[in-house]
Amino acid sequence: MRPARRPLPAWADIVLLPVVNVALAFLTVGIIVRIIGVDPFHALELLIVGALGSPESIGYTLYYATNFIFTGLAVAVAFHAGLFNIGGEGQAYIGGLGCGLAILALDRTLPIWLMIPVGIVAAALFGAAWAAVPAWLQAWRGSHIVITTIMFNFVAAALMVYLMVNVLIAPGSMTPQSRGFEPSAFLPQMGGNPLNLSLLLALGSCAAVWVFLWHTPWGYALRTMGHNPEAAVYAGTNLRHMTMLAMCLSGGLAGFVGVNELMGVHHRIVLDFPAGYGFAGIAVALMGRNHPLGIALAALLFGALQQGGAELAFDIPQITRETVVLIQGLVILFSGALVQLPRPWLQALFSFRRA
Amino acid sequence: MSAPAIELSGIDKSFGSVHAVRGVSLAVEKGAITGIVGENGAGKSTLMSILYGLFRADAGEIRVDGEPVQMDGPRDAIRHGIGMVHQHFMLIDSFTVLENLVLGAEGGPMLATGLAAARAELARLSRDYGLTVDPDARIAELSVGEQQRVEILKVLFRGARILILDEPSAVLTPQETDQLFRILATLKERGVTVVLITHKLREIMAATDGVFVMRQGRMVAERRTADTNPEELAELMVGRKVRLHIEKAPPHKGEVRLKAEHLGLVDGRGVVLLDDISLEVRAGEIVGIAGVSGNGQTELLQVLAGIRPPSGGSLTACGRKIDRQRPGDPAEMRELGVAHVPEDRQRQGMVAAFRASETSILGYHALPPFSQHYLLNGPAVGAHCAELMERFDVRPRVPGLRSSSFSGGNQQKLVLAREMARNPKVLLVGQPTRGVDIGAIEFIHRELVKSRDAGCAVLVVSVELDEILSLSDRILVMFAGRIVGEVEGSRADERTLGLMMAGAKAAPALGNATGAA
Repeated sequence: MRPARRPLPAWADIVLLPVVNVALAFLTVGIIVRIIGVDPFHALELLIVGALGSPESIGYTLYYATNFIFTGLAVAVAFHAGLFNIGGEGQAYIGGLGCGLAILALDRTLPIWLMIPVGIVAAALFGAAWAAVPAWLQAWRGSHIVITTIMFNFVAAALMVYLMVNVLIAPGSMTPQSRGFEPSAFLPQMGGNPLNLSLLLALGSCAAVWVFLWHTPWGYALRTMGHNPEAAVYAGTNLRHMTMLAMCLSGGLAGFVGVNELMGVHHRIVLDFPAGYGFAGIAVALMGRNHPLGIALAALLFGALQQGGAELAFDIPQITRETVVLIQGLVILFSGALVQLPRPWLQALFSFRRA
Repeated sequence: MSAPAIELSGIDKSFGSVHAVRGVSLAVEKGAITGIVGENGAGKSTLMSILYGLFRADAGEIRVDGEPVQMDGPRDAIRHGIGMVHQHFMLIDSFTVLENLVLGAEGGPMLATGLAAARAELARLSRDYGLTVDPDARIAELSVGEQQRVEILKVLFRGARILILDEPSAVLTPQETDQLFRILATLKERGVTVVLITHKLREIMAATDGVFVMRQGRMVAERRTADTNPEELAELMVGRKVRLHIEKAPPHKGEVRLKAEHLGLVDGRGVVLLDDISLEVRAGEIVGIAGVSGNGQTELLQVLAGIRPPSGGSLTACGRKIDRQRPGDPAEMRELGVAHVPEDRQRQGMVAAFRASETSILGYHALPPFSQHYLLNGPAVGAHCAELMERFDVRPRVPGLRSSSFSGGNQQKLVLAREMARNPKVLLVGQPTRGVDIGAIEFIHRELVKSRDAGCAVLVVSVELDEILSLSDRILVMFAGRIVGEVEGSRADERTLGLMMAGAKAAPALGNATGAA
């Protein structure tokens, strides 16, 4: 009889498997890039240099990663509660709206040390509120949260266009954006490029989510609900309240995208700033195994792809923005949908090595 | 003599550091019913999963009808005529019997032809084996016993000559179990080889021709069923002498701790689940609720534990009155001192993916010392779990191991330990020993009696009549959502209780009837 496959050692499961997944994605990308007539090694070099080659490019990479951390954490918190929050996009959008409204109302009166926390809290509250409606609909009315959160993305987008065009547009402006914030609402930048203090907020959020989920009684109850709702009821958890809590936390985290974008970079309310981060958060959470540390690493990879991809599209005419999206899509495919694909191979390898 | 239907030699299998099956060899005689007994975690199911191709053995050889075979998956097993009926049914509720039968063996791109052929084959199988099922009935409409019959038909339909049944009676009533054994006997007459995995000795004695005993991954004995007895098998399984009956002193009854008055429960569709239930449980006594599964015991336990609010009547637990206007919740009940060991530990009492230490605080997670200053105290939780494991002999004693990695008996001991840890005033226990091995049953029963002697009011719901009889000081019988009789534990016997459970008889003269007013 053939030797049995042993389970992978823990380090291989956590580190090696994702690395192999990403390598497979890049291999596939390489083949495609070759087909469209570009030297894949040259492209890879450009991608890496574009993402990590200079302090400026690293800054951009980290700035993108900040957004991915927020939305990845948002998806993960809901996921641990057994809820699939597809509405990160809309929650980020409305979170930004809240942040912007608070700033427009107060930036001429509050000092910077007060304005920044108020903006952050407003972003979280508005993001949470936008997630609370689908949560309420699920908890009390039984509407499926996947459907309602998707729909709320569209509602958020439509609402924002209406508000920007009709209400919040700066007087005399032709572009649908608000007046610029006062400097008291500018998040300090870190090194002159878009990277700002939001990165610290993101890392802090990672730590907070980790503590919350695994080291507080509420996180415990939340995970119990996610794994086994019946056991949660038995343990005395009110599933409706817990659904609300999980979704509000999730929405609040997604709302922080607005902090990074509006307080950190645009310094005004603009349209379309969530730019797909909400959806990419699903892939980030998936790849990061819904663990804050994994999410931070996955977000870094996605940030690097975003930045390096942009450089790539700029330098090589055959590679367009769409090709970059393709690359991201393949990474998502291999590290998400096909995450278990290389497992048997690795197991065979490890069994062979030990035999 | 012909070659054995199945021959396993030197089968070995480890999961990580757990050596589940150690060098097991056995030969299953053709056309006979062979039992494999062992405690939970002895390796029976692992061994059969290897035979069925679900796991691959680390070492060893499998022969079917004398031919060495390679099992890479259930497909191979089916090809060699081996079929398995799982403990949990693999049926689609909204499909008809016939549609379930052809699932995975549709026989061509057009369903109609396949279904027609299947219908003819089903008729033949039903005739040959005496397995009558309406081919057009939907699974959801069938009783559990009939669903199991469909599972068996499914396996036969795929041409199995060797049938493996994994704990088939776990979900059946005693009557349905008897029916199942009659079916197995017919199958045997028709030349089918049957392998029956169970930990219930009564079933081994009733149904099998030969029996293999497994303990801690090894095959420790082989017996002709006719030449052995339950006591010997129990001893072989556990490795020491086992007392199958518990001895207990007369109860010292105290004040009423739990009182239900005219409790009623109606579900959303207007179905009456509980009807005018009145009962009392006093400190220092064990009240047993007997009844065939599905007669309202589950719902009664849910209401008593605060999981479902009653729709009528009231419940008084340790001085707190609960009714429709003032519903309780499980957390509040726990604070009042009502602990609850749920009927289905997998689905309610624990979280499979959690570490044992996390499962050991389920329901108590928000209380000190586990939760302090809004944070979980990891070391306190771990120490608590280690202490419970020590006190209740949970094996392996690893608080960091996933709850699902423990055997059923050890899971149950952990849940019981958790609920008994705070010396509750009232202990509600549903199916205390379902899916639990003999050694653990003895232990659990002893602990329940100990807790009674310490002054706890204990309510036990069980479908195992033996268990009710050996534990209870007072027995209430439920039928169709009502309490139909009450008997003193010392004066109860299986026959009268059985009749009441079947709804055939109201409270006998020797009991003082309550509730069924």
